[in-house]
Amino acid sequence: MTQTQEAALSPETVLEEMKKNGVTHVVWLPDSETNWLYLLMKADPSLHLIAVSREGHAFATAAGLSVGGKTPIILIQNTGLMESGDSLRGWALGLNIPVVLMVGYRGWTRHGITTDTAATYTERFLNAFGINYYLVESNADAPRISVAFEEAQRTKRPVAVLVGDEYHGFNR
Amino acid sequence: MMQTAEMLKVFQQYRGDAIVIPGRGGRHWVNISTCPNRDVPLGDPAMGGHASFALGLALAQPDKKVVLIDSEGDVLMGMGALATIAEQAPTNFYHFMLDNECYATTGGQPVPNAKNIAYDVIARGAGYPRAYAFETLEDFSNNIKAILDEPGPVFVALKVDPEIENEPIGRRRRWQTRTRDQVIQDLQQELGIRR
Repeated sequence: MTQTQEAALSPETVLEEMKKNGVTHVVWLPDSETNWLYLLMKADPSLHLIAVSREGHAFATAAGLSVGGKTPIILIQNTGLMESGDSLRGWALGLNIPVVLMVGYRGWTRHGITTDTAATYTERFLNAFGINYYLVESNADAPRISVAFEEAQRTKRPVAVLVGDEYHGFNR
Repeated sequence: MMQTAEMLKVFQQYRGDAIVIPGRGGRHWVNISTCPNRDVPLGDPAMGGHASFALGLALAQPDKKVVLIDSEGDVLMGMGALATIAEQAPTNFYHFMLDNECYATTGGQPVPNAKNIAYDVIARGAGYPRAYAFETLEDFSNNIKAILDEPGPVFVALKVDPEIENEPIGRRRRWQTRTRDQVIQDLQQELGIRR
């Protein structure tokens, strides 16, 4: 295994974090980083996948699942997160829904200048809504996903996990 | 067209122990329902999301009937949800939609193409196995029992008279008797859900 692969965030690790935290339903819309994770989730009988056609629907769906006693996770890209503003406000924050959002951090880089405005506005957007977030780039960061679940439950609020591993292990 | 309140009175006769999300029919339903702890009158958390919320609740509680009183403005705003609902195909989900052809709470401006949309056809095209449209209370009354006796998901479009509001929001009579937190707490207690 190369050093790059060791450092990457693997879909297996993400799936393990979901299961460890009792996720029952994955409400999601595909992004460029999640295909391998999708295949793993699809093969796992303990997870119920709900594909939405617009990210805003994910927040209302997750709210219904949570009110009904289940543990959803929302899996979307940062572009869709920004599209979801009013649903996030009304259905997740407004109903005190303890849900983790795993958000593909398109355009993010810790090197040089960020040129993708999807990345430019992601953290500003989350800050505007008062949503706490954790950056996850590699398997070594995976415990932060559990931290997000614990925080969501404790605060009865959405908490975001920003997946900054574009084009590496998360997508293989 | 029918009156929303009259339609809801007929529905109440067949409601059984269904969970009801009254949506924009909430201000009438709160006075009609005989089982408030199974009602989820959330008002309007964010327009366009009621169907997705009801889907989530139906999937979480597959042994309970979940009835949504949606609106055409909400459906137009979140139309893609119909495809998700049809794909998930919860057999306990009953999707009613009030069609007053306008945005009543903002003064009655028409929704896009207000008089020419066949919502039942759209629902069927999105994959709902059953979809109906009723324009009169009589037709609705004659069919409601059979609709609820069959498995979902089912879509029912209902032409209703617009109840237009022009009062500024701050001056409108508040019909909710419970906070959203209380509504959710009551429902979860009723269903034995520990949160």
